[in-house]
Amino acid sequence: MIPEPFVPVFYALVYILVAPLLGGLIAGIDRKVTARMQGRVGPPLLQPFYDVGKLFEKENAVVTATQNFYVLSYVVFMVVAGALFFSGGDMLLVIFAFTLSHIFLVLGAYASYSPYSHVGAERELLQIIAYEPMIILTAVGMYMVTKSFFVSTIMASAVPIILFLPGIFIGYLIVLTIKLRKSPFDLSTSHHAHQEIVKGVTTDFAGPNLGKIEIAHWYEYVFLLGVIWLFFAWNPFIAVAAILVAYFFEILIDNTISRVKWQLMLRSAWVIAGTLGLVNLGVLYYLRMVVP
Amino acid sequence: MQILDLLLCLILFPLIAALFLLVVRRDSWRSLIVQLSAVAIGIVSLMLLVLGFDKGTLLYTVGSEPVSQVMFFIEMILAVFIVCLGIKYRKSLSVVLILLQAGLLVWYETNMAGHISVGNNLFVDQFSIIMALIIGIIGTLICVYSVGYMETYHNRHKEIRDRRNIFFGLLFIFLAAMFGLVFSNNLLWVFFFWEITTICSFLLIGYSETEEATNNSFLALSMNLLGGVAFMVAIIYLAISDPSGNLMDLNYLLTTGKAVALVPAVLICFAGITKAALMPFSSWLVGAMVAPTPVSALLHSSTMVKAGVYIIVRFAPVLAGTTEGLIIALVGATTFAFASFMAISQSNAKKVLAYSTIANLGLIVACAGVGTYNLMWVAILLIIFHAIAKSLLFLCVGTVENRIGSRNIEDMGGLIVRMPKIAIMMFIGMAGMFLAPFGMVISKWAAIEAFITAPFGLIFIAILAFGGSATVFFWSKWMGKIISVMRDQTVIEDTVKKEKWAVLYILTGLVVVVCLIFPLISSVLIEPFVLNIYGQTARLAQANLTIMIMMLCLLMIMPFSMLFYGKGAQPPVPPYMGGRPMDDSMHFAGSMGVSRELVLSNYYLEKTFGEERLFMIGASLCWGLLLIAGIMLLGVIL
Repeated sequence: MIPEPFVPVFYALVYILVAPLLGGLIAGIDRKVTARMQGRVGPPLLQPFYDVGKLFEKENAVVTATQNFYVLSYVVFMVVAGALFFSGGDMLLVIFAFTLSHIFLVLGAYASYSPYSHVGAERELLQIIAYEPMIILTAVGMYMVTKSFFVSTIMASAVPIILFLPGIFIGYLIVLTIKLRKSPFDLSTSHHAHQEIVKGVTTDFAGPNLGKIEIAHWYEYVFLLGVIWLFFAWNPFIAVAAILVAYFFEILIDNTISRVKWQLMLRSAWVIAGTLGLVNLGVLYYLRMVVP
Repeated sequence: MQILDLLLCLILFPLIAALFLLVVRRDSWRSLIVQLSAVAIGIVSLMLLVLGFDKGTLLYTVGSEPVSQVMFFIEMILAVFIVCLGIKYRKSLSVVLILLQAGLLVWYETNMAGHISVGNNLFVDQFSIIMALIIGIIGTLICVYSVGYMETYHNRHKEIRDRRNIFFGLLFIFLAAMFGLVFSNNLLWVFFFWEITTICSFLLIGYSETEEATNNSFLALSMNLLGGVAFMVAIIYLAISDPSGNLMDLNYLLTTGKAVALVPAVLICFAGITKAALMPFSSWLVGAMVAPTPVSALLHSSTMVKAGVYIIVRFAPVLAGTTEGLIIALVGATTFAFASFMAISQSNAKKVLAYSTIANLGLIVACAGVGTYNLMWVAILLIIFHAIAKSLLFLCVGTVENRIGSRNIEDMGGLIVRMPKIAIMMFIGMAGMFLAPFGMVISKWAAIEAFITAPFGLIFIAILAFGGSATVFFWSKWMGKIISVMRDQTVIEDTVKKEKWAVLYILTGLVVVVCLIFPLISSVLIEPFVLNIYGQTARLAQANLTIMIMMLCLLMIMPFSMLFYGKGAQPPVPPYMGGRPMDDSMHFAGSMGVSRELVLSNYYLEKTFGEERLFMIGASLCWGLLLIAGIMLLGVIL
């Protein structure tokens, strides 16, 4: 048995070791399911791992040496954010670390001073401002139900959080589309070649750097799906089911709706955060603070 | 040495320095006086910290009568001076306001001042010490920086009359007035220093004597005079409600209970709102950027606007839990959101900085207006972090402007190659403004945690969430601009003067160091102050602090990874340009054999975040809120 103070460290380590495997697997399943939806057979399940392995074999071509720093920081802070989350840290701190890591990706794209990654960087920023309010409101919602920002407390809560935060949950799923880079909100970089300007924010990354970005995405997937878990934390089976359903739903949307312009993305993300999220919180606030 | 001596020294010493600077015209002497005074003021403020941090609130009696007479006399002279200037430049609004204010003052002096005497004219507590440190360290650093800046400024702008003796004299009078403001316990004294800062900023903004500068300086003047009138009304109200004059004692007024204090609190907060340039009065601070950059740095970080939020934070305990307080908080929050959005559409670096200042001041006022103990803690934290990061950013922009001759962000592309050191400092300053684990994010985080338990906190959290994401956008795209690595660039920063570097290094160091030691600042200065007022205090959880500091260390280690990549790396490849052959000069090979140069520009999203439209909306919302507060106030008075 692990001594009490080391439990968070243990969870963090488990995340650091297991998340890329799990994330890669998710990416593999994603590609398989997407292929089936499009009437293709699709690549093998482990294709994402083969791809990244191949990337690391290539030479490290950079437009400017500073790119290495930005990409490394992107991965490191993504891992920090996820590890904080899984070790039961403060949700707000997790969100800030998460934003920090994305800013590094954006800066890496800016650093190359090329037209395609520049557009990608601007769009990535637009995505960040589109989803950030909703994510903060999610954390605030969790606080209002469990009286804590700490993931450990939220996890331990026996309350079915989803019943109190249905609006927040839907809002979160919608910004999840942005975060998972799924169409219609895959503005900065897309998995669908037909609606992409070269490769968006990742245009000027190659070889090992691109591989690192891919790994960071895997870490990100696991963290983002972990947040869904929180809504259902009182029952692990329902939580797993919810994650599966939510992810399937994201893939379905990805394959049925085409990319929108940034105005619509920003507006829909903010309007949803502003209506569903705030109304949900407002009702909760009223019930908690005013009624009793 | 007595603490009282230190206080008097801080108020009077800059004045003496100012007198010398007014007469000295030799550059080398001026530089010497400025540097020596800066060191002296900095040391005295630190001594005040060392001697006074554990003493709580200390009150001092200083010969009240003669000093008050002198102040009245000076105010009358200044009024005449402003009237003359106003008539000369045909600014009737300023003339009317100054006459109104002077009239109120004369009426007060003749009818009421006779039987009013305040026992303790000066005081000092932890909050004053914090403000004194900001003024005494950051303010003086800016003055030191100005010496070199103004020399280059006048070399560049031959058409502007060289009045540097007045300029530096005013800077130091400004500092003296700020010290006076934060140490005064007598409201009439506070008002006197308040007016001095207004007039100093008016003169400094109009320094270049161009038409634009004159107009903007009068805009600043009339808005601040409007606040001054409200301040004067508050004083008269207090004098009427208690003819013995006990209520003029700021410390007594704040601890006496809400009933009497509320009306003057709201009036003075209105004055604070004008001075802190919240909407609808934000235009004066945006207009103030016509002044030489060190003036902007001074106005935005350690003086002027900080005086506005200082007084509002002082009155926070009175505002807590009242509807009026909530309305003032809403004005702040609205300003925060709209100013953050407006900053997105700006390409002028100083304008972006101005809107960011306005937004942060809005946030401080939002915290102070709601006024619970943990929000008071956040507000003071915000004041500290903002002062440091913003002064650094202004001075960096000023340096860049002197070198490249432009303050447009679009011209700052590739600064990391052209002026690497400045670019890195700007980078750190911006990180300080919006990235974890630096100061402003710590404050934003603490603000969310504090608002969530406050009445109507949800509104503020929502505004914070949306406005906060806008700040991420405009800072990141600016950061992206300066770090983009362009080819064919040469280093042009080697002509920057030594003392400028020294100032910039110190400020950059402060941005990082204050993040590291803010738990200490909090436990030594902020927490005792908040505890003293509310009986309870706030702090961040220990576990989180540890993580923050670890993150900060990690962030500082990361750049060393560059060394690792430096070895045996291949030369960089050109960026992807659509598959067409391209030479190193970043040209597209277009059709018909045309070669087009690559030009990249940031998104400014004019249609969505356009300045004019958003200002209209924000200002009308804030006017509406202020009007409601005014009506409620009338209800209370009648």
